[in-house]
Amino acid sequence: MSAFSAIGEEREIDRDEYTPTVEPQATWCPGCGDFGVLKSLKQALPEVGRTPEETLLVTGIGCSGKLNSYLDSYGFHTLHGRALPVARAAALANPELEVIAAGGDGDGYGIGGNHFVHTARENHDMTYIVFNNEIFGLTKGQTSPTSPKGHKSKTQPHGSAKTPIRPLSMALTSGASFVARTAAVNPNQARDILVQAMEHDGFAHVDFLTQCPTWNKDARQYVPYTDINDSEDYEFDPTNRADAQELMRETEDKLYEGEVLTGIYYREDDRPSYQEEKKQLGELPEEPLAERYFDEDYDWERSYDRFIDQHK
Amino acid sequence: MADDELIWRIAGGSGDGIASTSQNFAKALMRAGLHVFTHRHYPSRIRGGHTYVEVRASADPVKSRGDGYNFLLALGDSFARNPQEGAYYGNEEVKPLSENLDDLREGGVIIYDEGLLDPADVPDFEERVEENDWHVFPLDLRGLAREQGREVMRNTAGVGATCAITGIDLEWIEELMADAMPEEIFEPNLEILETAYEQVSENYDVDAPDINVPEGEHEEEQLLMSGSDAIAYGAIDEGCRFISGYPMTPWTEVFTIMSQNLPELGGISEQVEDEIAAAALAVGASHAGAKAMSGSSGGGFALMSEPLGLAEMSETPVVLIEAMRAGPSTGMPTKPEQGDLEHVLYTSQGDSHRVVLAPGTVQEAYDHSRTAFRLAYDYQIPSVVLYDQKLSGELTNVPASHFDREPNPTMGKTLTEAELEEQPHTEDGKFLRFQHETDDGVSPRSIPGQKGGRYLVTGNEHNEAGHISEDPDNRVAQVNRRFQKLDAIRADLDENSLLAPYGPEEAEYGILTFGSQQGTVEEAVDRLNANGTSVKALAVNELAPYPVESVEAFVESVDEVLVVEMNASAQFRGLTQKELGRYGEKLHSLLKYNGNPFEPAEIVEGFETSIVEDGELPGPETKFVPAAGD
Ligand SMILES: Cc1ncc(C[n+]2csc(CCOP(=O)(O)OP(=O)(O)O)c2C)c(N)n1
Ligand code: SF4
Repeated sequence: MSAFSAIGEEREIDRDEYTPTVEPQATWCPGCGDFGVLKSLKQALPEVGRTPEETLLVTGIGCSGKLNSYLDSYGFHTLHGRALPVARAAALANPELEVIAAGGDGDGYGIGGNHFVHTARENHDMTYIVFNNEIFGLTKGQTSPTSPKGHKSKTQPHGSAKTPIRPLSMALTSGASFVARTAAVNPNQARDILVQAMEHDGFAHVDFLTQCPTWNKDARQYVPYTDINDSEDYEFDPTNRADAQELMRETEDKLYEGEVLTGIYYREDDRPSYQEEKKQLGELPEEPLAERYFDEDYDWERSYDRFIDQHK
Repeated sequence: MADDELIWRIAGGSGDGIASTSQNFAKALMRAGLHVFTHRHYPSRIRGGHTYVEVRASADPVKSRGDGYNFLLALGDSFARNPQEGAYYGNEEVKPLSENLDDLREGGVIIYDEGLLDPADVPDFEERVEENDWHVFPLDLRGLAREQGREVMRNTAGVGATCAITGIDLEWIEELMADAMPEEIFEPNLEILETAYEQVSENYDVDAPDINVPEGEHEEEQLLMSGSDAIAYGAIDEGCRFISGYPMTPWTEVFTIMSQNLPELGGISEQVEDEIAAAALAVGASHAGAKAMSGSSGGGFALMSEPLGLAEMSETPVVLIEAMRAGPSTGMPTKPEQGDLEHVLYTSQGDSHRVVLAPGTVQEAYDHSRTAFRLAYDYQIPSVVLYDQKLSGELTNVPASHFDREPNPTMGKTLTEAELEEQPHTEDGKFLRFQHETDDGVSPRSIPGQKGGRYLVTGNEHNEAGHISEDPDNRVAQVNRRFQKLDAIRADLDENSLLAPYGPEEAEYGILTFGSQQGTVEEAVDRLNANGTSVKALAVNELAPYPVESVEAFVESVDEVLVVEMNASAQFRGLTQKELGRYGEKLHSLLKYNGNPFEPAEIVEGFETSIVEDGELPGPETKFVPAAGD
């Protein structure tokens, strides 16, 4: 018997299973877009067939990072900007876990920007959800990397002189093999996109537009939105990198002009994930590392048996 | 020269094969039955620049590089001349000869490569040779190597010449070259070795320098290892199968050894974008059920402060290696110092704690690496192995049996699914991961994917179920429980302690030190006792939790204590005084921070002038700081 019998368990999963009985301290404000992400995720997980015990949700710090408190799975609420390195190591150590990382736009595109670029480049098999509310929520409303140019906040009282970051383009150029944008106001699309992101083999980046009614009163509520995968105006092939790039550029401009485009922009399904590549190089064990420590019959090799000759 | 030890220095430019040649030479002497110890000096530069390695060999165990040396093989720096521009890098051409003369003992031997070095360019060369009674052998090593094979093989020619003068049996070298070299380069090397040997034997009076290369015999098989090798093997033997890192000298050595070995052992190595990520990956891997490590040197370790704190708060076991070099900031990348002690002890915000072990010898590097893992996993706490550039690169022989240990893949208080069933859960089946009531402060953990083990962990303060909590009672209970682990670890360490005073039990004086200075201090203790001063030493290589009782007993038992460390701010003395709460009036500091480790003679001199005679140290090399009073 595997030491991790919750993994791969086939059974009906009730979405209520993901709701903790211990009420989290009320951290999210009424009307916060983050509730939308939670809802979609709770719907998507059973659809992918993932139980709470085979799901590891790793979050950063921010209102977004509190997602763990609301979702009852294995969870690790880490540090501001550091969800990705923690999550991808877990995905390497045990590739059979459903590893999801989540954080805010400040968390993921600001302080954690370096990790974002590198995790995308390496194409780790995991899903990354960024709650993009164009603001720092938890620290009370400062300008974030996705705030529009000219955005005024207490720390940028004359308006931001900075051009907002382009997370979709950034993910694509960095090497993510699945890039999508969805919005909390659009729960069905959000659920579908999360399902596909989780089922994708490789790094799936979902820029999740959420609203922060408390600090970002100017923020458009992302309605009306257009689903580019459904709309006749946007016929394109999400497996075509050039198309995706072009469309992302357009989308990222239009967001700040008030036109919200969402959907799956890019997917590369035949590219092996990092885990797969590493396996082929003989640098990743076949079975999860963790299994071994619970396996009494595992034959632990001793260093000197194999390597000591070079010291003689 | 009638020393009963050989201290052979090979000097040249970085990239000239100095390191590999010296390693092979040391290994050959070890195989011949001697005890060896190497010391490496190199600049932060890839090719060219003055670099040397010393190989000290003696029939008795050697614990340090010794004082000075008695045999110079000056190969010349083949990179000193810039071929593109025909330019010279100042006086670097003759550095392998000129830079090394200060430490060469009276009656010593100099072999230099006539093909690359001209002693006419070396200031006062003839006078100094005469004054010091040095025996000089100019040889066209480069020409000889060129004739037989390739210019780079002039190292081999130098070794052949060394053997002719010292009487070392060529067979030892040949056998080693046969093992270490592929056939196609072995043949020409062998040719060069023998030709150089013959030329020197025939053309020179090799008996003129009175060289006694000692003879010895080992009772059991020996291995030539560095501190970095030993740390890596300790980790592997303890079941570590995950490493993540970012290169930084000298930590890179452990990282490299692990990366080259882990895939073969079914493990994982990740080179990542920075040190924050590196340590965070180790935390993530450990959370997901692997025995994991990361590490860096001072500057990179600074970035690890964040994930280190996370590991402590989330009670995720992890081992970090800190290979010190001279700081602050980028400091001196290739020079040893022990200046990161306080950084490692106190980094990270809040009432944060970790285990810190500082091995003093290659054997201890293996032992402490294992202990660091064992404590980290048994007590769910980060542990740091603190060592430095000196211990990381120096090679010495250790009995093979020291490494002959059973693997220990146990994960401490990590539950199986069957055990999880017996544990308290919330109503909806969530595992109470952070229970308050435990014997030793350690609450058992589960691994993601285990049935019945579901829990939340966070870097925020949290309640028993892992939920974020700012409840004052819970806060106190959790802090107390995390502190309780430290007492348990101290008791555990005491039970398995490697601490033992060195020297006569009833000694009048004491020396305290930590980490890589241990061997040098022990040699100094031997000499002081031989000179009639009664001294013993204690290397305090378990630094956190601090072994208060052992150190107190040691300090109590002597009149005065000299605290020897390689930094300018007496960090270890400060720690000792803080932990013991008094004895400030007894603790005098001997400090060195010029980028070179202590030599035994410096400690002897420092001790005699400052403690015994109550005088001032002469030179600027070392600094004496008298006792402070309580
Ligand atoms: C190293 C570090 N720097 C700063 C902070 C303070 N901090 C907490 S949350 C946050 C910003 C959160 O903004 P975002 O990631 O956009 O998430 P949101 O709260 O909007 O969901 C900051 C700066 C921190 N916790 N750690
Ligand atoms: S501050 Fe904004 S992001 Fe945070 S919970 Fe409130 S509404 Fe949501």
